[in-house]
Amino acid sequence: MSEETICAISTAPGNGAISLIRLTGPKAFTIAERIFYSRKKNFVLHQQDTQTLHFGEIRNNDIIVDEVLLAVFKKPHTYTGEDMVEISCHGSVYIQQTILHLLIKNGAQLAQPGEFTQRAYLNGKMDLSQAEAVADLIASQSEAAHKIAMNQMRGGFSHELATLRAQLLQFISLIELELDFSEEDVEFADRTQLKKLLLNIEQVITRLIKSFELGNAIKNGVPVAIVGEPNVGKSTLLNAILNEDKAIVSEIAGTTRDTIEDTFNYAGITYRFIDTAGLRHTTDTIESLGIERTYQKVNQAKIVLALFDARDADTKVISELESLAQKGAGDKTVILVRNKIDLLQKETKPLNHPLLFAQVNLSARNNQSVDVLLETIGQATYRDALENNEVIVTNLRHIEALTQALEALQRALDGLEKGITNDFLAMDIREVIHFLAGITGDEISTDEILGNIFSQFCIGK
Amino acid sequence: MLKTYDVIVVGAGHAGSEAAAAAANLGSSTLLITMDMTKIAQMSCNPAIGGIAKGQIVREIDALGGYTGIVTDKTTIQFRMLNRSKGPAMWSPRAQCDRMMFSLEWRKQLEKIKKLDFFQDKVVDIILEDNMVKGVITQMGFTFKSKTVILTNGTFLNGLIHIGQTQINGGRMAEPSSGGLTEKMFNAGFKTGRMKTGTPARLDGRSIDFSKLVEQKGDDNPGFFSYYNSDNTLEKQRSCFIAHTNPAVHDTLREKFEFSPLFNGTIQSIGPRYCPSIEDKVVTFADKNSHQLFLEPEGFNTEEYYINGFSSSLPWKVQLEALRKIAGLENVQIFRPGYAIEYDYFDPTQLKRTLETKLIENLFFAGQINGTTGYEEAGAQGLIAGINAALKSQNKEAFTLSRDEAYIGVLIDDLITKGVDEPYRMFTSRAEYRILLRQDNADIRLTEKAYNIGLASKERLDRVQYKKKAIDELISYFEETSIRPNDINEYLTSINSSPLKQSYKLINLIGRPDISINALINSFEPLKIFCDQFKSQRNDIIEGAEISMKYQGYLIRERQIAEKIIKLERLNIPKNINYNKFTSISTEARQKLGAIKPETIGQAARIPGISPSDINVLLISFGR
Repeated sequence: MSEETICAISTAPGNGAISLIRLTGPKAFTIAERIFYSRKKNFVLHQQDTQTLHFGEIRNNDIIVDEVLLAVFKKPHTYTGEDMVEISCHGSVYIQQTILHLLIKNGAQLAQPGEFTQRAYLNGKMDLSQAEAVADLIASQSEAAHKIAMNQMRGGFSHELATLRAQLLQFISLIELELDFSEEDVEFADRTQLKKLLLNIEQVITRLIKSFELGNAIKNGVPVAIVGEPNVGKSTLLNAILNEDKAIVSEIAGTTRDTIEDTFNYAGITYRFIDTAGLRHTTDTIESLGIERTYQKVNQAKIVLALFDARDADTKVISELESLAQKGAGDKTVILVRNKIDLLQKETKPLNHPLLFAQVNLSARNNQSVDVLLETIGQATYRDALENNEVIVTNLRHIEALTQALEALQRALDGLEKGITNDFLAMDIREVIHFLAGITGDEISTDEILGNIFSQFCIGK
Repeated sequence: MLKTYDVIVVGAGHAGSEAAAAAANLGSSTLLITMDMTKIAQMSCNPAIGGIAKGQIVREIDALGGYTGIVTDKTTIQFRMLNRSKGPAMWSPRAQCDRMMFSLEWRKQLEKIKKLDFFQDKVVDIILEDNMVKGVITQMGFTFKSKTVILTNGTFLNGLIHIGQTQINGGRMAEPSSGGLTEKMFNAGFKTGRMKTGTPARLDGRSIDFSKLVEQKGDDNPGFFSYYNSDNTLEKQRSCFIAHTNPAVHDTLREKFEFSPLFNGTIQSIGPRYCPSIEDKVVTFADKNSHQLFLEPEGFNTEEYYINGFSSSLPWKVQLEALRKIAGLENVQIFRPGYAIEYDYFDPTQLKRTLETKLIENLFFAGQINGTTGYEEAGAQGLIAGINAALKSQNKEAFTLSRDEAYIGVLIDDLITKGVDEPYRMFTSRAEYRILLRQDNADIRLTEKAYNIGLASKERLDRVQYKKKAIDELISYFEETSIRPNDINEYLTSINSSPLKQSYKLINLIGRPDISINALINSFEPLKIFCDQFKSQRNDIIEGAEISMKYQGYLIRERQIAEKIIKLERLNIPKNINYNKFTSISTEARQKLGAIKPETIGQAARIPGISPSDINVLLISFGR
């Protein structure tokens, strides 16, 4: 029987009407009890019968995250053969992620691909032929997970991790040098040096955790502004996008969303529309004040959809883009959207402008090429993430690993402070390395440490 | 008609001697064949046993009922506990030994063993029938039959000595090499390779000006290797001396690099990175103006010195010229020059955990022919091979050690799982649970296991059980006993440790880094009285209890980590698995699994290039 309690979202990724989160292992009930509150008096979760359903709330401290149905399954007659809890919650990505995060905070671990099935097999719930099919599945899932991780690791993030790894390798080498080669005629690192190295590493990990943290992307959504004159079809486009998403978004207390109609989900990321007044060149003072406000709003956005009637002249489009750029949209990801192509006699040529990330021609009314726009928005988000070294897709597994690494690192720092000897320090550093390797899959082996020592220090009788 | 032996051991070096002793002591009729009865357990390189990680191995050999520790203790001329300033897992005993006495003492010990026969001859062939070993044939034409054979040929298989441009066939200086066996093994399907190692010159102490060298004395309270000897003391010790090279030495060497077989292409095989020749050091660390050298006495009553750090295969005149540029060695004479040696080894991934070969049943390999270096590493392998050859000949279950039980477990697992690409030496960093694998607790870890198979004596078991019980009692005493401020504050103030304000449990006080049990004994009479009841192993008991209490948190955590990972070790992989049917594992991984044939899931996970998802697939397939 396993020792860890694992959890995972069992329904398909992204928003849906409802979502199922599973928790299995020896502490399944204990962990669920910490975040699930029934309205019944004297309700004790682990005393409930097996295969029973319970209504209640998931709370994060005092904040209600969602109203859920919770199913209790007691071993051995469960899918995995171990105690199991299934939480049916509302389907927004935010809710799913928050509940998962709460479970992890309370002692669960995120399941590895196929781990539920693996447990089912190990506990005798499957025969070998079933298990072999699962083995294939695990291999393909691991590959998919690996690909996703690799995608995230391009650009700045992978650079950070590589630096971190190099620093840790150097640190552990200095430690091991002093342990295994204390009789050699080499200079050993002093404690101040070691501490400086460790603090450096701590800083990087902390920054990574911050960049990973259930950030703006999931909490608040990526802000998107649509700017354009009132008659270019702003509302139609908004509706088309929301319909395309077909999202059933629940109302959540405590989120900062303006109105629920204004959010949509694409590829696991929530987007939030910023309402703007139209853009129109005017001499009217009051109206020009409104336009100023529009520009301010544009400044809050990450992605700007510059919406035009497909029949507008290129010169007009360019002049509008210029003024957008002047007003501070220069650092935004601007997508030129030319609407109403159904009314167009002939194809328009794509417009080249340094401000533009991409151009999408569509018809919001006929729902033509709206999917192309969504895809482009997705790409824009991704580009943004790479350039800012942020990771938009919040990967809980990475947070978990980084947090554990940080804990071990802080133990090492604490030990350094108290003057513990290097052999115990090495224990904590080995853990840091182990957890970080969980992200990169790139363990630092003893052979690599020894190689690093031999290349830098003259060892040898 | 000669009798059929249970075990034949070929070679009487450190591996062969331990193997023969273990097999015979387990009750198997054993024959030890060596080319030279006067060279038993010869120290081919430096006259020292132990050191960091190696000292721990010797303690383990002793705890299991081997002889290296006992022989070392009887021939020690200097003892030091290295790494005393580090944590207890790093404390590493090291002894300088009298080289000749060491060899003699080993022979004396071996001759005491009833079931052990000796024969001086060279083994030239091995009798194989249906992939099973049946005995050996010697140069003199004798055939010895046996149920099992252990090969421990060291550097003798096609050994080739290099001194400058001179090449000599030999396994050691002035000792012939052994040919034919490698070819026989190669034909039987074994993968073989060449390795290189070296040794420095031996100096004439009468020509050394010791006043220019730094003396290094032994410990004031020298310890011992064998758990049998923990109540003894060493009477007299000899010192080592430290010398340094300088740019003039380096220049002298550099000028003659064209004559170095290392640099002119004569030697192609790989030497150890941690044991480079002086020419290697001068090249690789060209900006270093000085290298440290240790002069180690070769015995109690000899003027011969081993110059540690000056291993070389340059022509002997160049070696001498360079040595004479070293302060203190201006007029030095050498007894013999340093040399490099190339020899055959067998890829150790062809071995099982018992050191039996996978290809030929009842044939075992141990020591340097497995690509390792060091007396201690060799002895450890010999012991395990000897035990398992004996057990197999008696149809008994195999005896193996895991990575969380012993350095010996780490050693063998590394060899059979990862193979070697340079001579393998043990380092503490190779052990992931090194906090658990200490020199102070090898007996607690291993003696009972060895007793259960009949190797460790009842007397050994009694000693370790007494020690264990006493440690527990002492810890209980610390948990239950309080100390009053008056009893200890004077001492605490004297060492700048904050004084007590009220009575305090001893267990809490010992948690302070600057407090030791021995210091408390001096200030607190009841503790002294309590400790005085330990009539034997008093120091070991106090040390054991102190380590347990001071580092409790770390020890518990390390144990937990080990337990988690060791679970995978308990999941066996069935024999004769066809990995090609696992289509969800990459081709490369399938090939590696097929070549190494891991015995457990845990071992599979340690094979370089095997990914966690491959392990998941294996878990699913054999995990239950």
